[in-house]
Amino acid sequence: MSETNPLVDHLEQVEDVGGAAQPLLQVVGLTKHFPVRGDLFSPRKTVRAVDNVSFSIAKGETVGIVGESGCGKSTTARLLMHLMKRDAGDIVYDGMQVGPALSLRALRRGMQMVFQDSYASLNPRLTIEESVAFGPKVHGMADAAARKLARELLGKVGLRPETFANRYPHEISGGQRQRVNIARALALSPRLVILDEAVSALDKSVEAQVLNLLADLKREFGLTYLFISHDLNVVRYISDRVLVMYLGEVVELGPVDKVWDQPSHPYTQALLAAMPSSDPDNRTETPPISGDPPNPIDPPSGCRFHTRCPFAEPLCANATPKLSDVDTMGHQAACYMAIAGSGHSRAPANKNEMGATAA
Amino acid sequence: MAVMSDTALQAAPITKARGYWATVGRRIVRDKVSMVCAFILVLIFASALLAPWLGLADPYQGSMIRRLRHIGTPNYPLGTDELGRDMLARLIYGGRLSLIIGILPVIFAFVIGTSLGLVAGYVGGRLNTAIMRTVDVFYAFPSVLLAIAISGALGAGIVNSIVSLTIVFVPQITRVAESVTTGVRNMDFVEAARASGAGPFTIMRVHMLGNVLGPIFVYATGLISVSMILAAGLSFLGLGTKPPEPEWGLMLNTLRTAIYINPWVAALPGVMIFAVSICFNLLSDGMRSAMDIRN
Repeated sequence: MSETNPLVDHLEQVEDVGGAAQPLLQVVGLTKHFPVRGDLFSPRKTVRAVDNVSFSIAKGETVGIVGESGCGKSTTARLLMHLMKRDAGDIVYDGMQVGPALSLRALRRGMQMVFQDSYASLNPRLTIEESVAFGPKVHGMADAAARKLARELLGKVGLRPETFANRYPHEISGGQRQRVNIARALALSPRLVILDEAVSALDKSVEAQVLNLLADLKREFGLTYLFISHDLNVVRYISDRVLVMYLGEVVELGPVDKVWDQPSHPYTQALLAAMPSSDPDNRTETPPISGDPPNPIDPPSGCRFHTRCPFAEPLCANATPKLSDVDTMGHQAACYMAIAGSGHSRAPANKNEMGATAA
Repeated sequence: MAVMSDTALQAAPITKARGYWATVGRRIVRDKVSMVCAFILVLIFASALLAPWLGLADPYQGSMIRRLRHIGTPNYPLGTDELGRDMLARLIYGGRLSLIIGILPVIFAFVIGTSLGLVAGYVGGRLNTAIMRTVDVFYAFPSVLLAIAISGALGAGIVNSIVSLTIVFVPQITRVAESVTTGVRNMDFVEAARASGAGPFTIMRVHMLGNVLGPIFVYATGLISVSMILAAGLSFLGLGTKPPEPEWGLMLNTLRTAIYINPWVAALPGVMIFAVSICFNLLSDGMRSAMDIRN
């Protein structure tokens, strides 16, 4: 991970305070409930969009978040950016929380986000050069310097500045717009970039180009990524570790190869089984899980997946299983089948059998 | 990956981007309807401004023996009014007051209403409620009645009628501004601007204003004709312009009695109000499509 920014004139990266051992981002018990206005005769209800989510991201790592629509992926991203107030939980950036030690402005220098909708996330009234230069100007860069930086960054993301700098967002393609959004995020010299479905709206060939670009930029600028997507292939390609979310909770996390090869939570297993196969002789004939996810206004008791889980037993509805180690490699799952001695009939009897049930 | 080489980067000239308004200007010049309307408006404005130097008859000098001459009478190309005054001179001189009363309140209301609506729409919450509910109070009265009430309370006079018309238009523009702002504020580029650490005023100035101004502007230009007609009503009630001052609305009212004797002359001030209104409307329509640079 290089500490030198290759751009000539740029904002200094927010200082690495904690050193390499300090995780860049630690999230503990992050919770966001949205109130839903009940009608005259029914009480107020809440949507539990994000419920007690904890994870950490090491410096230089790429962490993926996967899950189906509405599982709280994007809400998590917005909470991390402090674009939304959280109800509970701590967000620790390089050992510091927003407060006296770390201003909100400094946090936003150190953490940037690329949105899914490449068109809506660019101001239609500004040229792409102006859009990229806006952030540095907010942080005190002179107009000319900011524009120069913007042009340089456009070059870095593969857009010739002399061709593109003065164009408006509607004059360029979706892939090009997403490159502009990436340049805009990089303009503040962040260390963490949150990519919220950043490639999901692009067609496959463009998606591949942008993924390669992201990998190149990560190396060049020493970035750390939080990569949110519903596309499992993409997540596997780009991530080091992965979080699987279901109805606002983390159900499984671990190194991406471990999770893909030995998924321990039945939801993860179902997600992976639902991936279309490229082999015509190996088609998925039956849906791995049926039904829609339950309404997050009224999530099921206990393990939230028990209503759709083929292995559900009475104890699953009683109490929520905690994230527990599946192995010593940091692979964790929130399922009684992965917890030795939990009482589930498929749970390993002792620690030696761990992981065997999932196969 | 196609990352540009350093030499290509250095070769890139640092030219200033062609501004948004320059683009809009180029587009509107190409629009024929807008250009015709702009030409007519310039003609009316210029003649009103230069009235004393155009060699016109005295707009105040009447005569009992040449009342209500028809259009085309020698020396009186547009006839005479009910007191025998030259209509051409009165129409041109009348433009001075009518345009001021028609446009100034809209400009004032545009500035105030856009600011209020932008703040209400962007900040939201309690401030929005406070501003918008106050605005609703004004909405409870028909605009004519409100203008009469405020004008009556302030006393007769041109300045007071401008003030009262401004107060009438502020709520309407505020409401349009608020609804447009609310729509823009939820877009991702505003979130992205917040995420880059910008404060609310920078975001409003750089990211909101340019995106909300177009629709508000178009709505406001449509109010110019309403303003001229309301001003005419105030004059009729003795709250605005007073005779013998030439002003289109007032002229329309005083010529009203002559409509069975000489309808064409009586209609002339109305034709002027109509021409100015329609030109403003078409021009603002042209502006709106020119400002929508996505097409």
